[in-house]
Amino acid sequence: MGWIKDFFTPEKRQWEEFYRNRWQHDRVVRSTHGVNCTGGCSWAIYVKNGLVTWEMQQKDYPALDKELPPYEPRGCQRGISFSWYLYSSLRVKYPYVRGALLDLWRAAKSEHGDSLSAWSSIMNDPAKRRSFQEARGKGGLRRASWNEALEITAASTVHTIQKYGPDRIIGFSPIPAMSMLSYAAGARFLQLIGGVSMSFYDWYCDLPPASPEVWGEQTDVAESADWYNSKYIAIVGSNVSMTRTPDAHFLNEVRFNGAKVVVFSPDFSQVSKLADWWIPAHAGQDGAFWMAVNHVILTEYYFNKQTAYFTDYMKKYSDAPFMVKLEEHDGELVPAKFLRAAELPEFKGVENDEWKLLVVDEKTHKLRMPVGTLGFRWQKEKGKWNLEQKDADGAAFDPALTLLGTPDTSVAWVSIADHSTGKALKRPVPVRFLEINGKKVACTTAFDLMMAQFGVARPMTGVSAVSNYEDENAPYTPAWQEKYTGVDGKAVIQFAREWASTAESTQGRCSIIIGAGANHWYHNNLLYRSAITTLIITGCVGKNGGGLNHYVGQEKLAPQAPWASLAFALDWAKPARLQNTPSFHYVHSDQWRYEDNFLESMPKASKSKAYSYAHTMDAQVQAVRNGSLPFFPQFNDSSIKIVEDATKAGAKSEQEIISGVVKRLKEKSLRFAVEDPDAEANWPRLWFIWRGNALMSSAKGHEYFLKHYLGTHNNTIGKETAKGIPKEVVWHEKAPEGKIDLVVDLNFRMDTSALYSDIILPAATWYEKDDLNTTDMHSYIHPLSAAVPPCWESKSDWDIFKAIAKRVEELAQSHLPREVQDLVATPLQHDTPAEMAQAETKSWYHGECEAIPGKTMPGFKIVTRDYHNIHKRFISFGPVARKDGMGAHGLNWAIDDIYDDMLKTHPTSEWGGNKYPSIEHAVDGANLILNMAPETNGEVCFRAFEAEEHKTGVSLTDLCDQRGARLTFDDLKSQPRRLLNSPLWTGLVTKGRAYSAYCLNVERNVPWRTLSGRQSLYLDHPGYLAFGEQLPTYKPRPTQSEVADLVQTTETGESLVLNYLTPHGKWHIHSTYSDNHRMLTLSRGGSPIWINDQDALAINLIDNDWVEAHNDHGVVVARAVVSARIPRGICMLYHATERTIGVPKSPLRDNRRAGGHNSLNRVRLKPLLMVGGYAQFTYSFNYWGPTGVNRDTYIRIRKLKGEPQW
Amino acid sequence: MIKVRAQISSVFHLDKCIGCHTCSISCKNIWSDRPGAEYMWWNNVETKPGTGYPTKWEDQDKYKGGWKVNDAGKLVLRATGKARAFTNIFHQPAMPSMDDYYEPFTFKYEDLFNAPAGKDQPTARPVSMVTGKTMDIEAGPNWDDDLSGSPIYASNDPNLEALSESERQAIFEIERMVFFYVPRICNHCMNPACVAACPSGALHKRGEDGIVLVNQETCRGWRHCVPACPYKKTYYNWKSGKSEKCLLCFPRLETGQAPACFHSCVGRIRYIGVLLYDATKIEEMARVPEQELVEKQREMILNPFDPKVIEAAKESGISEALLESAQRSPIYKFVKEWQIALPLHPEFRTLPMLFYVPPLLPVIGKVENGNYQPNRTTEMFGSLKDARVPISYLAKLFAAGNTKLVEASLRRLMAVRLMRRQKTVGDSADTKISEILKEAQLTHEQAEALYKLSTVASFDERFVIPPSHREQAVEMLEEPELVKRETGFGLRQPPRRGP
Repeated sequence: MGWIKDFFTPEKRQWEEFYRNRWQHDRVVRSTHGVNCTGGCSWAIYVKNGLVTWEMQQKDYPALDKELPPYEPRGCQRGISFSWYLYSSLRVKYPYVRGALLDLWRAAKSEHGDSLSAWSSIMNDPAKRRSFQEARGKGGLRRASWNEALEITAASTVHTIQKYGPDRIIGFSPIPAMSMLSYAAGARFLQLIGGVSMSFYDWYCDLPPASPEVWGEQTDVAESADWYNSKYIAIVGSNVSMTRTPDAHFLNEVRFNGAKVVVFSPDFSQVSKLADWWIPAHAGQDGAFWMAVNHVILTEYYFNKQTAYFTDYMKKYSDAPFMVKLEEHDGELVPAKFLRAAELPEFKGVENDEWKLLVVDEKTHKLRMPVGTLGFRWQKEKGKWNLEQKDADGAAFDPALTLLGTPDTSVAWVSIADHSTGKALKRPVPVRFLEINGKKVACTTAFDLMMAQFGVARPMTGVSAVSNYEDENAPYTPAWQEKYTGVDGKAVIQFAREWASTAESTQGRCSIIIGAGANHWYHNNLLYRSAITTLIITGCVGKNGGGLNHYVGQEKLAPQAPWASLAFALDWAKPARLQNTPSFHYVHSDQWRYEDNFLESMPKASKSKAYSYAHTMDAQVQAVRNGSLPFFPQFNDSSIKIVEDATKAGAKSEQEIISGVVKRLKEKSLRFAVEDPDAEANWPRLWFIWRGNALMSSAKGHEYFLKHYLGTHNNTIGKETAKGIPKEVVWHEKAPEGKIDLVVDLNFRMDTSALYSDIILPAATWYEKDDLNTTDMHSYIHPLSAAVPPCWESKSDWDIFKAIAKRVEELAQSHLPREVQDLVATPLQHDTPAEMAQAETKSWYHGECEAIPGKTMPGFKIVTRDYHNIHKRFISFGPVARKDGMGAHGLNWAIDDIYDDMLKTHPTSEWGGNKYPSIEHAVDGANLILNMAPETNGEVCFRAFEAEEHKTGVSLTDLCDQRGARLTFDDLKSQPRRLLNSPLWTGLVTKGRAYSAYCLNVERNVPWRTLSGRQSLYLDHPGYLAFGEQLPTYKPRPTQSEVADLVQTTETGESLVLNYLTPHGKWHIHSTYSDNHRMLTLSRGGSPIWINDQDALAINLIDNDWVEAHNDHGVVVARAVVSARIPRGICMLYHATERTIGVPKSPLRDNRRAGGHNSLNRVRLKPLLMVGGYAQFTYSFNYWGPTGVNRDTYIRIRKLKGEPQW
Repeated sequence: MIKVRAQISSVFHLDKCIGCHTCSISCKNIWSDRPGAEYMWWNNVETKPGTGYPTKWEDQDKYKGGWKVNDAGKLVLRATGKARAFTNIFHQPAMPSMDDYYEPFTFKYEDLFNAPAGKDQPTARPVSMVTGKTMDIEAGPNWDDDLSGSPIYASNDPNLEALSESERQAIFEIERMVFFYVPRICNHCMNPACVAACPSGALHKRGEDGIVLVNQETCRGWRHCVPACPYKKTYYNWKSGKSEKCLLCFPRLETGQAPACFHSCVGRIRYIGVLLYDATKIEEMARVPEQELVEKQREMILNPFDPKVIEAAKESGISEALLESAQRSPIYKFVKEWQIALPLHPEFRTLPMLFYVPPLLPVIGKVENGNYQPNRTTEMFGSLKDARVPISYLAKLFAAGNTKLVEASLRRLMAVRLMRRQKTVGDSADTKISEILKEAQLTHEQAEALYKLSTVASFDERFVIPPSHREQAVEMLEEPELVKRETGFGLRQPPRRGP
C-alpha cells in the first residue's frame, strides 16, 4: 500500500500545480455554433491569456417539467472541437483576391482611375474575363487590403446594376436560424440594392414537401424533450445518435420510461444500436412498408372494429369526411376534386364558394358546409375560420366519415392508379349522386376513397372482400410490400398492431422521427405522406409524444416576424426578391441540358393537358409564367430599364407601367429570363456567399457549377441530351461556360467555396461575434457572443456587409441616380388571398386565359431604390415596418408604439431629417428582434394572439401567459431563455410543457393553413389528380437507367455499380469540421467511402484502399472503409466532403484533382411540386417548390490504379 | 479492524452511450493537445467488437499487463516481479510501439493559401506530426469506429474467444449485426499495476480520493507503467520524457466540478461519486479465482449507512462531509445496491474502480427466404434469450466470464422498462410486472429509483462530488490566507542578501 500518497507528505504533492495551472482560465463567455446542425447548443468558451483555449457545454437551460430529463449538457464532438479553427493554419486571416484578377484589376485601375470604368473594362473584354475565370480554384491567391477587396466588390455591384439590373446579383447563405443577424446582414444588403436572396431549405432537400401538402406548414415538429412523452417511436431515415447527438439521450431515456423504439434503416446505423427492433427495409422503400401499415390499421381499427378515439379524431382534424367528386375519364370513374359549395344550389353564391367544401351530417344525412375551410379564411366576415364542428350558419353537426349506411347510397367502382405496376385497380366505393350543372355526379367521402385505395374489404352489397393480408398482388397488403422492402409481411402486421394499440391506449402518443434518409428520395413526398397517414388515422398529430418529427436542417427561426422584416429590408420597401434555389441552379447551371424526358420516373395517372409536358424545364418555365414559382433574373432586360422605357413611352402610374409590361410579355417583346437562360443578358453575374459552402456542400451537380458558372476545370463527361425535348425554352448549341463575373466569399476557413472564389473576405468565427440562435430541437433562444474580438483582420458578417454597403453607397453617388424605380416580380404567395388564385391552372401564354398579374401570372410591384443611401438604410430600421406593422402566416399586428419607444430607449440613427432605431451593430439588431417578436416580448405575444382571435373567432389570448416578459440580448448572454407561446407556431409550452407541433390546432380549434383547414389526406389539386397522387400512394424508385448517371461511364475492369448515398456523418456537419484536425484524427484522416465487405471482395478491395467512385457527372477519389455494417449494393460517402483535404488526382479523368461528394450527382426536380396559386400549394420562400433530391444516384467504383498522385 | 478509504469512482451506463466521442475531445482540448502528447487519448471510446486503442490492448499475451496469481498463489505483475524490473530496467518487450498506436498526422493547410497559380487545384496533403513529412494515413486512435474495417478489426477482437464458431459468424451477418461502445478512461484501480511497476515511485494513488497520478517532477521516464497497465492508460510523453495519464480532472474535482469527460458526456451516461472500501482486503481479494472477482470486489465496498462502517470511517480519518457524500453516491447504488454495474476485465486483477452498466441491446430478426422476419417473441421489448449480443461476449468483458452476473444486470434493466410501460401505458397486467420485478430481485422502489437515475437525473444527481477541503491540504505547507493572496504569481525567488 506504499503507493497511496496521503497528505502526510504534502511537499511531494506540490507538483500537482502543473495540471492546476493548465486548468486555470481568465474568462468564460457564452456562444454557440452557427452550422445548421440543429443542435443550437449553448457553450461556455474559455479564454486564457487572451486566447480561446477550449469550450465546454453550458448547463443552465431553464428546466422544463420535472418529469422530463433535462436538456443539459447539449453539445457534441464536432462542436467541442471548434476552438481548433480559431488559430489554425486553415483560418482566413486577411482578405484574399485571385492573383490573375488582381493583376487585371490593378492594371485597369491605373489605366482608368475610376473603379467602375476599371471593372467594366475587364468585364467587356472576353479574353480578360475568361483568363481569371479559368484560374478559379487553381491556387495563386494573393493577400489584399480590405480597401482593395471592397473596391472591386463595390465596382462589380454597381456595374451589374447599371448594365443588367440588380436582379443579376445573387446571395446564398443557408439557414438563418443558426446565426440570424449574420444571415440578415447579406440579405439586407442584397434587398436594399434589389438583389436576390436564394433559398436553402428546399435546395438541401431538407424541406419535406409533404408538410405543406398535408398541413400547409413548412415544417413544425416537437422539441426533442417531447420524445420522452412518446410510447412508441418509429425512426425512419434519421440517424439520431449521429446527427442529433445532443438530443439522442432523450431517445435512450424514453426506452427506460417504457417506450418501444423501432428503427428503419438499410444499414446497421448508429441509432440502430438504440432500437428495440431494427427493420432493415431496403433503401428508399419505407413508403411501401407504411402503406401496408395503413392497410392493416384501417382494416383492424376502422373496419373490423370501430375505434372511437380514432374516428372522432379523423372527423374533426382531417379532411377524411369531406365530399369528393368522381369523374369519368375514358370510361373509368376516377377520384377528382372536392365538392365545392359553388356547385350546389343550396350553397352557391356565398363568398368564396369555390373554396368552401362540404360534408354529410351523420345524423340528418344532409350536406353541410363546415366553417374553417379556405374560403372562410379569406372572406370579409372574420371569425369563422376555425375547427368547431359547425356549419356556416352556426348549427352544430357530426360529419359522417363514410357514406356506408347512409340513405340514397349506391356502390360505384372507382379506378385507382397502381403505380407499382402501371395498371389501374377497380375498387368499390359507396357514392351518392348529386346534381351538378345538370349532371348526376357520383360523390363519396375522402375516407371512403382511402379505404378503397388501401384495398380494405368492406361490406357492400354484391361486393366481396377486396384483399387479404397474404395477397401479394393486391396493393397495399403486408404481402405486397415484401417485394419492395425485403421485410416479411408479419413484421408489418406486428408493427401496425403495436402502433395502433399504443396510440389507442395513450390517445396519440406514437411518433415518427424522420429525416434526410427518407426525405432525399425523388418521391419523398409520397413516402412521407404514407407515414403521416398512419399518424393521422391513429390520432397522433397535435399530441405530446405524437407527431411527425422531421429533423432535417435548423429551419426554425423562432422570432421570424421581426427578423424577416429586418433581414429582407421590408422596413424600407416591399416585396423582396426571394428565389427558390432548386429551380435557379437547375436552370442557370445548365443541369437541365443534361436531362431528358422525366416521365419514366414520374408516372402519371391521366393525360391531363395542363401537365402534358415531357421535360422538367417546360414545367419550370410554365411555373414562372403562371406565378407558381419565382425566377431571377426576371426578364431578358433590366428591371430598372423596363420602368425607364415605360415611363419614356408615357406610362404615368405604377398601374400603367405594369399594364405595359403585361402587354409586352403577351406580345413577346419582353421575355422571362427563364425562357432563355443561356442568353448572355440572362446570366447571374455577381454571387455573394457567406455562412455556407455554396460551391461544394451546397452544390448538387458541383461539376456543372464549375463548368457553367465558374468556367474553370471540371470532371463531368455528361452528354447534353435535352435538345429538342423541352418546348418552352431557347436551345443554344453551345452552353455558356463562366456565366458568373465575380464570386465573393465571406469565410473563416479555406473551404472549397473559398478556394474557388475570386475574393475571400475574412469572417469572424462564432466565438468572435454577437448573434442569435434558435432551433426546432429545443424551445430556447440563446446567443452567440464574442469571447475574443475578431482575430487578425476578420470582421463579423454584419460589419462586412455594412462595409460593402458603404462602398456601394460611395460609388453610387457618381455612378447611379439617387432614386431608381425597380419593377419586382413575385409569385403568388402562401398565406395571402392568392391561395385562391387558380382553381384551374391555365396558361395565359398559350391563350387559355387572361394574363392577370397576381392571379394567372406573377404579381408586379414598383420599388424605389435609394442607391445614395444604401448604407444609411442598412443601419437604420425603416419607417415601413412602423407603418405596416408586423406579422407572418397571414397575421398582422401594430408595432408603431414599440417602434416609437425604441427611439427613446435604444440607439438611434439620424439622417435626412429623420430618426430611426439604429441597427448599426449586430447587437442592436438582436435587441430589435427580441423587442418585436411574439416569442420574446409578452406584449407582442398578446397582440399576435389577439390578431389570431380576430381571424378565427376562438379565444386564444389566455395563451399569452407572460405578458410582462421582455427579453434582451444581455438576458440571453446570462442564460438561454425559453420562448413564449406564439400563434406563428403551433406547440404550447406553458408551465414547462414540451413543445409538440399542432397542439394549438388540436386543443384550440385553430385550422391548419390548408384548403380544408384540416390535415389533408386527400390532395385535389389538378396536378395531383393528373399524376395520381391525390391519395397516399406508392411510386417505385426511379431505376438506374432512368436516372442515367452511367451512360458515358463504361466498364473499367474490376468495378461495381452501387447506389450512392450521402447521409450525414459523424465527424462533420455538412463540410464544417470535416477539415478540423480533431475530427480528422478520430475518423480516418479524410472522408472515406463505406462499402459492404462482400462487395469489396468482389472487386478485390481491402480496407483503407484508395478507390475511384465515378459516373457521368464526376469523380471522387477516397479511401474505402470496408464494413459488414453496410448492406450490399449501396455505398455511403458521408455528407459533405471538401476537395481541399487530402484529395488525390483521378487517373480516370485525365489525372486532374478529384472532386467532392457533390461531384457525383446532378439535381433532378419533381415537376409536380412546381404547382402554385392553390390553397397550400402556393409559393413561399423555403416552403414550397421542388426540392433538390439526390438519393437516386448510381456510381461505379473501382480500386485506384497505382499509387495516389498528388 | 477495517481500514476505510474513500475513492472517487465512476459508472458508465453503456446502454446510453451513443459513441459520439465528445468526452475524448473535451479531455484532449484541456490536457493532451501539445507536442509529445498528440497520441495520448486519456479518454477514448471504442466500438465493440473491435480491437480498440492501442490496437488489441486487451491481449495480455502480447502486452503482459496487469496482475496474475503465480504458482505459489501470490499476486504478481504479469510482466515481471518488481524486483526483476530493477535488474532489467531497459528491456520492455511488451511495450506498445507507434504501430500499435498511430503516427499522429496533420495536413498542410497552408498550401491552400500559398499554392502558386497552376494547372490544377491545390489540396492539403497529410503530414506526419513526428517527421513533418508527407505520409499515408494507415492508422488512428479510433480506426475501427462503428465497425470500420470489420473484417480486419472487429473479427480479431480478443473477446470473441468467448463465442462459439456459429455465434462468431452470426454477428457479422448484416441482419444480426451488432456493435456498442465502450468509453475508457483510467480506472483509478484499487490495485494499480502501473503504480506497482514504477521504479521511481512517481506513480501514486492519492490518499484522499484514490486518484492515480504520475508525479511530473519525479517521473524518470522508465515507462514501466506503460506495459504494466493492462488498460494501456498510461502514456509516455516523448517531448517531456515523462509518462502521463488521466488525472480524473482533479483540478475540476477540487473545485466541485465533474471531470471534463463526465461533464461533456452528451449521452448522459456518466456518474461519479464516492465509494468507501476496506483497504486491508485488497491483496486478498485480488487473488480469488476469476469467477469470484466481481463479487469479492463488491464485498470490499462498504455500506456507508452501516453504523459500524461509519464508526470505522471516522477512525480512519474520513470526514462527515465525505461520509454524507458517500451516502448520496450514485455509484454505490449502481454497484452495490442494484448490482448492475460491473468492472471492465476484472481478470486483470487491478480492481478497477470504474464500473459499466452492460448494454441492453435489443432482440432482432433474421433473414429467411430472402426476406427479413420479425423477432421470434411478441414481447414488447423482446427477450434476453434472443439478445443481439451474446451474453458470453459481455461476460468476457465485464465479469471474467461469469454470465450470471451480466444476466442479472440485464434482467433488472429490462424489468425497469416493463414496469414503466405498465405505469404509463398500461397494456400489460400489474401482477405480471410484480413477477418480473421479483425475478429480477428488485423492489418497486428500487426499480423506480433506478429508472430515475437512468433518465431524469440532473447534473447534481449524476455527479456527487465530495468536498475536497483544499484549505486543509494547503494548510500543511502554508497559511491558506497567504496562499489566497499569492496564488497565481508563479515561482518565487526569495530575495537574496548581498555578500
